Amino acid sequence: MSRRERLSGNEAVAYAMKQIDPDVFAAFPITPSTEIPQYFANYVANGEVGTEYVTVESEHSSMSTCMGASAAGARAITATSSCGLAFMYEVLYVVASARLPVTLAVVNRTLSGPININNDHSDSMGARDTGWIQIYSENNQEAYDNYLQAMRISEHKDVRLPIMICQDGFITSHAVENIILEDDDAVKEFVGEYCPEHALIGRDAPLAVGPYDTQPFCMEHKVMLAEAMKNAKKQILEVADDFKKKFGREYGLFEEYRMEDADVALILIGSTAGTAKVAVDRLRDEGIKAGLIKLRVFRPFPAQELAESLKNIKAVAVMDKSEGFSSQGGPLFCEVRSACYDMPTRPLMINVVYGLAGRDVAAADVERVYRHLLKICDTGDAGETYLHMGQRSSRKEVL
Amino acid sequence: MDKKTVEIRWHGRGGQGAKTACLLLADAAFASGKYVQGFPEYGPERMGAPITAYNRISDIPLREHSFIYDPDYVVVVDESLIHTVDVAKGLDPEGGIIINSEKSPEDLRKAIPDYKGRIYTIDARKLSEEYLGGYYPNTPMLAAAVKVTGVLEEGRFVEDMHDSFKHKFATKPQVIERNMECLKRSLEEVKGEDR
Repeated sequence: MSRRERLSGNEAVAYAMKQIDPDVFAAFPITPSTEIPQYFANYVANGEVGTEYVTVESEHSSMSTCMGASAAGARAITATSSCGLAFMYEVLYVVASARLPVTLAVVNRTLSGPININNDHSDSMGARDTGWIQIYSENNQEAYDNYLQAMRISEHKDVRLPIMICQDGFITSHAVENIILEDDDAVKEFVGEYCPEHALIGRDAPLAVGPYDTQPFCMEHKVMLAEAMKNAKKQILEVADDFKKKFGREYGLFEEYRMEDADVALILIGSTAGTAKVAVDRLRDEGIKAGLIKLRVFRPFPAQELAESLKNIKAVAVMDKSEGFSSQGGPLFCEVRSACYDMPTRPLMINVVYGLAGRDVAAADVERVYRHLLKICDTGDAGETYLHMGQRSSRKEVL
Repeated sequence: MDKKTVEIRWHGRGGQGAKTACLLLADAAFASGKYVQGFPEYGPERMGAPITAYNRISDIPLREHSFIYDPDYVVVVDESLIHTVDVAKGLDPEGGIIINSEKSPEDLRKAIPDYKGRIYTIDARKLSEEYLGGYYPNTPMLAAAVKVTGVLEEGRFVEDMHDSFKHKFATKPQVIERNMECLKRSLEEVKGEDR
């Protein structure tokens, strides 16, 4: 039987980790993800898990520990945020290229500088091209549910890629909200045991992990990783399907909210989706045909599926919670605009960079973006396409 | 905002327990079957610096993840904040503001002249010093918040808090009964205005 609880997002993820009872947890604290290893340390001390809890001296070491443990055949996990993720950067590539299914709980926080502890997506967006699967969560429930699905995706033989399960720092990680937790037995049955085909210990066949790769082979191995990322999409959907059958909650590559007959739409990631749904409902009450796409899976990027969903939309705002410093807009904007390039008719499209370093986003702010899109629909001209929301400035690029 | 939702904003100072009171209210509301949110606004906290925390309490699932700009109620855990923070900003005149003070609501109205709604006070210092032997304002302020907002049925709230204190003070059970006495007395000590 599932049960109703109230937990913060960090507690929810730590609880999922306890239920899964992984082999190795490599722990190094950083705000706002610190509570995850903290709660997990309690589980270890109380004998509630059999996990080897390794306290290390940095995030470079925590990811390296996960890599070693995973190569040995263990199910290895850790958690981090912001500069901690940046400090893992080198090892992120090594783990992905060695095709090791490490699971990383990311509690999104802006990257320094200026130094700030609050939420945006600049940390995980910086790691978007490292060969890791990335799944994002709107609230504590999704952080929990996504975590329960993570290992079956990443450990699948057609995928074998590490995975990040992301949630918004403080906004969901430190907010206590209602949640439905599943039974330990049901979780263990759903997640299953990890039985790697190849591992450094416990197998007869000798194996080297991470050796030098020469020009005749190295490119092939990188392309194999790229193929694995394509395969991940199918596995993500299959696991979501099983999850729905077992626990009743539905997930996909993205969630469409009131998109059926929408004229204007937003695409965004994470906790702002809940706020945006409130804005969409208000606008719909006024007769405005507003819709929302909440992206769940950023890597692999669901380009064709998004293009299909956007084909009848007149104007779209792609909302980036990170500043790409590209001079052309944020990373989500670049991906979505590229996804729409092959469409016979494309919606008008703008980029709104918002919520940097914890800048709060209220339903009224989201409504303002929809009203801007309505103006674009009227004039047929997208105007300035690279905008920032709510910033103190008199420049025209501010929404 | 959905009108079935009650929004509460807490103003306190770092170390006073405003965040704890906010999370305890979320706990109590959850125990009585509500949908809840309890979250502080995080930054570079220091002891004594102004902090803000928020509750949404509802009969329907909550989706918004923003701060609260137009609260139904405001709870001020430290009286000195009414001179330095715009504590009544956006506050619904149909709602109310609860201030930890030994003064009467009439006396405090001068400090927040722009707010036309109801003002309540509770002397959380006196109550906590009497029952808990020190200045721990969060239990009296929590009781006052429940009393004034009416979001929870009082009898049920008292029962749920007993369970919550048993959990919170598992390692020092001697303080549970004193907190319960403080809580019950505080429910009777909230002062409103004659209007």
